[in-house]
Amino acid sequence: MITLLLQYSLRNLMRRRLTTILTALGMALVVFVFTAILMLSNGIVKTLVTTGSYDNVIVLRKSAGVEMQSQITREDSDIIESHSDAKTDTDGEKLSAREIVVLISLPKKITAKPANVVIRGVTGKSFRLRPVVKLIEGRMPRVGSTDIVIGKSIAKGFQGTEIGQRLRFAMQEWVIVGIFDAGNRGFNSEIWGDVNVLSQFFRRQSAYSSVIFELKDGSMFDALKQRILRDRRLKVDVKRENLYYGEQSEMMSKFLTILGLSLTLIFSVGAVIGAMITMYSATATRTAEIGTLRALGFRRFSILMAFIFESLFLGGAGGIAGLFLASFLQLFTVSTMNWQTFSELAFTFSINFEIILSGMAFSLIMGFAGGVLPAIKAARMKIVDSLRTA
Amino acid sequence: MFLLKLIVRNSLRHKLRTVLTMLGVTIAVLSFGMLRSVVDAWYAGVEASAANRLITRNAISLNFQLPVSYKEKIRQVEGVSTVSFGNWFGGVYIDEKNFFANFAMDLKSYLELYPEFLVSGSQRKELLTDRKGAIAGAKLAGRFNWKIGDIVTLRGTIFPGNWDFTIRAIYKGRDKNTDETQFFFHWDYLNERMKTMKIAADTAGIYIIGVTKPELAAEVSQMVDKLFKNSMAETLTETEKAFQMSFVSMTEAILISVQLVSFLVIFIILAVVTNTMAMTARERIREYTVFRSLGFEPVFIFMMIAGESLLITATGGTIAIAATFPVVKVFGDYMSMFLPVFIVSTETIVLDVIISLAVGLLACVIPLWVTFKIKIADGLRAVA
Repeated sequence: MITLLLQYSLRNLMRRRLTTILTALGMALVVFVFTAILMLSNGIVKTLVTTGSYDNVIVLRKSAGVEMQSQITREDSDIIESHSDAKTDTDGEKLSAREIVVLISLPKKITAKPANVVIRGVTGKSFRLRPVVKLIEGRMPRVGSTDIVIGKSIAKGFQGTEIGQRLRFAMQEWVIVGIFDAGNRGFNSEIWGDVNVLSQFFRRQSAYSSVIFELKDGSMFDALKQRILRDRRLKVDVKRENLYYGEQSEMMSKFLTILGLSLTLIFSVGAVIGAMITMYSATATRTAEIGTLRALGFRRFSILMAFIFESLFLGGAGGIAGLFLASFLQLFTVSTMNWQTFSELAFTFSINFEIILSGMAFSLIMGFAGGVLPAIKAARMKIVDSLRTA
Repeated sequence: MFLLKLIVRNSLRHKLRTVLTMLGVTIAVLSFGMLRSVVDAWYAGVEASAANRLITRNAISLNFQLPVSYKEKIRQVEGVSTVSFGNWFGGVYIDEKNFFANFAMDLKSYLELYPEFLVSGSQRKELLTDRKGAIAGAKLAGRFNWKIGDIVTLRGTIFPGNWDFTIRAIYKGRDKNTDETQFFFHWDYLNERMKTMKIAADTAGIYIIGVTKPELAAEVSQMVDKLFKNSMAETLTETEKAFQMSFVSMTEAILISVQLVSFLVIFIILAVVTNTMAMTARERIREYTVFRSLGFEPVFIFMMIAGESLLITATGGTIAIAATFPVVKVFGDYMSMFLPVFIVSTETIVLDVIISLAVGLLACVIPLWVTFKIKIADGLRAVA
């Protein structure tokens, strides 16, 4: 019985192929847009949230928000490190790094337009603190030199970024000696060089931007935070590194969510209307058929279900097509300015199970909304009347 | 006349379907208009910039300061009429969620350079005499319900501490695209406190240069940059338009996706309307062939089908255009934190009209093709 109904619905869709395809296509586009926006927002969040590590702690000047705005003096850095309880490295030194972060602008490869890029002054410990950062080409920068290593996204997206080439900023030429990959994390959009050399040329010797260290034990964070905040000499904020990067994604992902939801809301009304038109016409052209089915003993409920199935199929087909198309977006890397830091950030569209689920649910709901009224209309027809229309 | 009557009657035959199709067109044209307005809002800063204003900043990036002593040197360049300077302050009002742009500027010269900020004479005087005075845009003041005389506290992110200001003036925009969500206060006030805190005082993030004639812009910017070449802080001077454009181009990726989406929207409209017209034609093939066997020219049938399709899309489009204004306003209020200026431009309306008509015409291509392909004899036999 159920299979019969399902087959009936499917056959009907097959019979009017053009209409079916057009309606499903409309729905597919809506699902595509809906999914694409979710993927974009997810991509940003994913890139930034995974950039930091849970056991790493970042200390910034009070209410600075981002590293570029923060300044921590040398003395304060000493105090912070004395509190830090950091893990010790194999060489017996604390796993802790004082870094400076500045923005420079570099021309992009395709458009030749300048974009802001993060330059991070690092120490050898900086690499140990972020084991995800791996050199994929060239060599590490030498301490005390003007060597720089660049993230993979920088190498891909900006002009003059081959190994051996020189970048000019802060009245100095810097030699690119290596390219690193941090596996789709925010660091891929950064340039790293020796902190002491960079601070000298940028005339930032008096202060660092942040102090970063790895906790001996992640659960000690709260106690440590209290200890640092209670120290009257310091005016700083203490955050887990992953939380710090996660916060940077908020503004962009909020913007995309508002934009995306308003758009899909409006579009989906359009798609529902499309489905409704299709389904109303399906009931209209099949009035006689419905009468015959009823006369054969099919119940109103079965007719209702048959038409609802039909429009659910329509929505389902649209959903699958839309998700299929959207999944290809994962191949693209988007590079845009993050409003919170004003710096360039490369990220990919990223799909996950939740997005697939909401895309599918969304398209089925659209199908249902479009089909329910026509289905009720079909189910309520009187046998005699509908037989007569033939 | 007969034709017109026929078209109207035909489109009223399936009232529900016609209304739904019309709504479909309305929704699609509406969302297209909204997306166009988002793109326009993106460029609002570029559009609002004047040809006779130049912006000078540190050549490395906006992140770096320039000595305030540059002011006098710049003023001496030929063709320069006014020089203003200041800093992006980046203060937070109560909570990060309340983001708005705030700057510490040399207010007297700044207001001279920006005649599009309309301030009453008395408010201007009050503002310029109060060291802790501030001026806010009308939209911003409305958002937080600020009145003249209110005290507003910003928490510094770049410049530490809490900063109290008294609202002394509220500006209105002269043009439709003037940004009314900004907040300015005296650079002197900032500088004094920086001095006591022993943090890099006497520096400015940007200089704004007024040139006597727009034609001199290129020449003046070259001369200014030459002045500071090989100094400790090299400058980069560009027109205000280019400066604003650099922000837009940095977020280009998002902009392109918004534009792509608006093309998709047109595609969806087309799909919906084509669908309906295809259905209509299929049902009426018999009628059309009757018309033809009675001796009506194909042109007549074309007019009949196209007329109906156009009537539907034009009505839908008209409703959409009327609805665009309130919808964009509500959406703009939501987005004011990200994109301060939201207006419906004339081009958007013109494009809306073109799209509605084009979709109406394109939608009847398939039905026409079906109708003319079929032989009269087959058509008469056809059952929809």
